[in-house]
Amino acid sequence: MAISRRKFLNMLTIGSTACLALLSPITSWAAWASDAFNATSPDDAYKNLFGSTDTVDSDEVKLKVPKIAENGGAVPVSVKTDLKDVESITIFVKDNPQPLTATFQISAKTIPDISTRIRLAQTSTVTAVIKAGGKLYSKSQEVKVTIGGCGG
Amino acid sequence: MKVKAKSKNNITSVRVLAKHPMETGRRINKESGEKIPAKYIQELTCEHDGNVVFVAQFGTSVSKNPYLAFSFEGGKKGDALQIRWNDNTGDVAKVEAKIK
Repeated sequence: MAISRRKFLNMLTIGSTACLALLSPITSWAAWASDAFNATSPDDAYKNLFGSTDTVDSDEVKLKVPKIAENGGAVPVSVKTDLKDVESITIFVKDNPQPLTATFQISAKTIPDISTRIRLAQTSTVTAVIKAGGKLYSKSQEVKVTIGGCGG
Repeated sequence: MKVKAKSKNNITSVRVLAKHPMETGRRINKESGEKIPAKYIQELTCEHDGNVVFVAQFGTSVSKNPYLAFSFEGGKKGDALQIRWNDNTGDVAKVEAKIK
């Protein structure tokens, strides 16, 4: 089998990645919000992550997610806001076995506008929560799923 | 992991496609009937010029081969970005990408 130039470069990258992985200690582990991610109800996840379930429904939170998702395995989601002093953006899927899907820390330089793809086990409400100036703002939308994304 | 970063009007937009199975731990291997152990990215960070500009924490309901788009202020053409993820089994991947 001939090795193409591109493949060779890829191999180099993989090799150096492995070396770097050995050199750098895993420091960020403790920061992963395990209690919140392992929570099985949205309220528990809220409490573990924010210390409160007090959210204000707000149109300032711009959640973009399809109304109907054919494939629950990859549902595109975008969240953005014009709110000031944004600290974090978090996505919850209410009816997933573990509702907390992803949380993004927004620094002073990060623009509060993110996109990703998420899984939905079944038709569910997707909620985006934005923490700004110490307050929690949220926006929800229902997504209908034809094929679940967490099936076995 | 594929990373594309572009700078325009002093704003750098970054798109990341991480290659990862994102196993939830709930899927069952149809042949053996055993559960496939969980393996998913827990944290993905992006560094620019020694500063962490973005941190994402994932649970199991992020799609396989996670896609992520975000942007931050600053960053010039030719600057380097360091992107790194670690998963629940301790695997780590790191890439450096140049801003275009």
